[in-house]
Amino acid sequence: MAIAISIPTILRTYTDGAKSVEASGSTLAEVIADLESRFPGIAERLLDDGALRRFVNVYINDEDVRFLGGVDAPISDGDAVTVLPAVAGGS
Amino acid sequence: MRFDSLLESVGHTPLIGLPRLSPSADVRLWAKLEDRNPTGSVKDRAALAMVEAAEADGTLTPGCTIVEPTSGNTGISLAMAARLKGYRLVCVMPENTSPERSQLLRMWGAEIISSPAAGGSNEAVRVAKQVSAEHPDWVMLYQYGNPANAEAHYRTTGPEIFADLPTITHFVAGLGTTGTLMGCGRYLREQVPGIEIIAAEPRYGELVYGLRNIDEGFVPELYDASVLTSRFSVGPVDAVRRTRELLELEGIFAGISTGAILHAALGAAAKAVKAGKAADIAFVVCDGGWKYLSTGAYEGTINEASAALDGQLWA
Repeated sequence: MAIAISIPTILRTYTDGAKSVEASGSTLAEVIADLESRFPGIAERLLDDGALRRFVNVYINDEDVRFLGGVDAPISDGDAVTVLPAVAGGS
Repeated sequence: MRFDSLLESVGHTPLIGLPRLSPSADVRLWAKLEDRNPTGSVKDRAALAMVEAAEADGTLTPGCTIVEPTSGNTGISLAMAARLKGYRLVCVMPENTSPERSQLLRMWGAEIISSPAAGGSNEAVRVAKQVSAEHPDWVMLYQYGNPANAEAHYRTTGPEIFADLPTITHFVAGLGTTGTLMGCGRYLREQVPGIEIIAAEPRYGELVYGLRNIDEGFVPELYDASVLTSRFSVGPVDAVRRTRELLELEGIFAGISTGAILHAALGAAAKAVKAGKAADIAFVVCDGGWKYLSTGAYEGTINEASAALDGQLWA
C-alpha cells in the first residue's frame, strides 16, 4: 500500500494534470521529498525554508498537519493526504 | 424574556443535550443553538459587536455606508443592524451562494455587489477592498480582521457555554473568519486548563480553490493557530450526512456547516470513548437549514445532495 495524495488544481501542472498521486515515506517531509523526485519543482511550491508555506494547507486523513507536527507529522501506508490552498471561509 | 429592542436580544442562546447522538452517559454532546439569534445565525453576535465598536470609536457616524465581504450570514446580520440604526449597507457576495441569502439581504435593505464564483470568498474580500478604496467615506468593518468579532465571542458565547456546562472538555466550531473559535477558545482556555478547541473547516469543490497563484491564498488576520488544539477539513458528504443525522436523531434542523462541525465533534467523542475518558463536548449550531433548501442538500441520497453542493459555498 502507498499514501494517496490529492493535488489541488493549481499544482497539477507538476503532476501532468493528475488529481491524485501516490508516494511513500514515514513523515510528511519524506513524502514531499518522494514527490519531488518524480515531480520536480513541486516541493518548492509547498515548502519555504523546510516549513509549509503560509498559504498551503496539508491534511492527513482530514486533520491539519500543523497540529500533528508539521512536516515531521508521521504518516503510514494507507493514509490519505490532501493538499489545499488556504482560502477565505466564513460568511 | 423581555428586551427593549431586537438588538438587545442577541445571544443568550440555549445549550441542548443530544442524548441520541452522544455515544454514552459519560461522553456527551451539547449543541449551542445559535440559530436562535434575531436573524437566525451566530453572526448576529459579531456583526452587532463590530457595529457598536465602530460607533464607539467614531468610525461609524449617522448616515454612513457600510461595505462588507460576506457569503451571507454576516451580511444578513449587518443588514438588520444597519436598518435599525440607520446605515446603508453594501455587501460583496460571491455569486455561488444560495439565492435565499441574496433575497434576505435585499429584504433587509442591503445592496449587493457580486464577486466571481471562482476563488469563493477570497474574491469577495478582494472586491470589497477595491470598492472600499474607491469610496474612502464608506466603512468596511472587515469581519476577517476586526478584533470586535472575536471579542464578541470572548465576552458572550464563551461565558454562556461555560456557565451552562462547567464540565466542558471540548469546544468545536466552524473555522471561517475564525472569530467564534478565537473568542470562545481564548475564554474557555482561561477557565478550563487542558480543554480541546477543535476547528472544523468546510472543504469545498475545486472551483472554490481555483486560485491563479498559491500566493493569492488567504488566512484571516484574526487567526491564531495557538488557540486551537486541532483542525479538521470536512467535505460535503460528511457534512450532509451529519446534518441529516442531527435532524433525524435529535430533531434539530441546521445548516450544512453545522453538519461539518458535528462530524468533527463526533470524531472527538469517538476518541474519548476509545481512551475510556469522560467528555462534555459543546459545538456550535451556526444557523438553521432554511437558507440552504435550494442547494439540494436536504433531498435525495447523500451522494446526490453532496454532488449538488459542488461548486457552491455551502458554509
